[in-house]
Amino acid sequence: MATDTRVILICSGKGGVGKTTLTANLGISLARQGFTTAVLDADFGLRNLDLLLGLENRIVYTAQEVLEEECRLDQALVKHKQEANLSLLPAGNPRMLDWLKPDDMRRIVDMLKEQFNYVLIDCPAGVEDGFKNAMAASQEAIVVTNPEVSAVRDADRVIGLLNTNAIKPVQLVLNRVRPKMMANQEMLSIDDVTDILALPLLGLVLEDEQVIVSTNRGEPLTLNSLNSPAAKCYLNIAKRLQGEDIPLIDPLEESSGFGAKFRRLMQTKIF
Amino acid sequence: MAMTLRDIINKLLRRQRASASTARERLQLVLAHDRSDLSTELLDQMRKEILEVVAKYVEIDVDEGAVSLETEDRMTALVANLPIKRTMSGQIKLKEPINKSEENPQETEDKEQNS
Repeated sequence: MATDTRVILICSGKGGVGKTTLTANLGISLARQGFTTAVLDADFGLRNLDLLLGLENRIVYTAQEVLEEECRLDQALVKHKQEANLSLLPAGNPRMLDWLKPDDMRRIVDMLKEQFNYVLIDCPAGVEDGFKNAMAASQEAIVVTNPEVSAVRDADRVIGLLNTNAIKPVQLVLNRVRPKMMANQEMLSIDDVTDILALPLLGLVLEDEQVIVSTNRGEPLTLNSLNSPAAKCYLNIAKRLQGEDIPLIDPLEESSGFGAKFRRLMQTKIF
Repeated sequence: MAMTLRDIINKLLRRQRASASTARERLQLVLAHDRSDLSTELLDQMRKEILEVVAKYVEIDVDEGAVSLETEDRMTALVANLPIKRTMSGQIKLKEPINKSEENPQETEDKEQNS
């Protein structure tokens, strides 16, 4: 039985910035490091975590049936095929809208805490009820954003709400970083985003076409494609989450040679 | 405003500046508003009233004046920059009818903390 379970909310405000992909990859990475990990899909209106993990055909029950005592928790948990330490629990399904309240979320998370080291909650987009339910059961949070104005603005709203609800620590993951665009100053830099949002950076994830390939297959990159740029980033994030001191990837170092030297020179602040 | 070597070269070549700095400035402005929970109408009204109050004491250049919200490190400040008109001799133009005893020149910049 785990006593010091960490319950981490993975949220962003804006949709499509990479919450679910981060949840899936972090879940796999933590499980692989030997931690029993539950990933809870709190977005039951538009759930997708099952699809990214390749578990979409194995869902029989959801958290709702558990709470209504129609089944036991272990019947609703879907164990991952390759990573036995990882289990998925969908909160509900799209036909059962309107049932979930913050208290329901707390009850189900309390049950998960009995048997897992980590509970990762994949939060729905938006700042309305779905987000508030998911936040109610969380202790700490990871805010995912992209270096784009709309994503950063929405992340700021979410951070404000997390702060008022005493969720801490709140850490930042900057997703879909394009080193070349950053070097050319056509994309908000890492410092820009961390300064504006005033959050510690847990990690950045490089833009990587392999992410799409992995979702097509339902196999997160951290499962089978450990050499892809994004997979390395996800692994680093999982390690930092446990307090390991892993240096950040410098996006400018990612492009090397004369071109990169020139781009670094062009970034010199004159005044 | 921070400028990089690239910004300067772009300026010299009369090219558009790199978009990251535009993004940063637009974000800082919009977040200051988002975080303050003030609607644009309320902010406009407050700006008008602040100008009216200050104009009771000194003659200000209304066209050049600016009242805005600025944010740094999740702290938001209300910043008013109100240039005071000067006479030919360089003195600050005080309003005659009220406050004849007022000798001290008014501050041109006025900061107020407001998280």
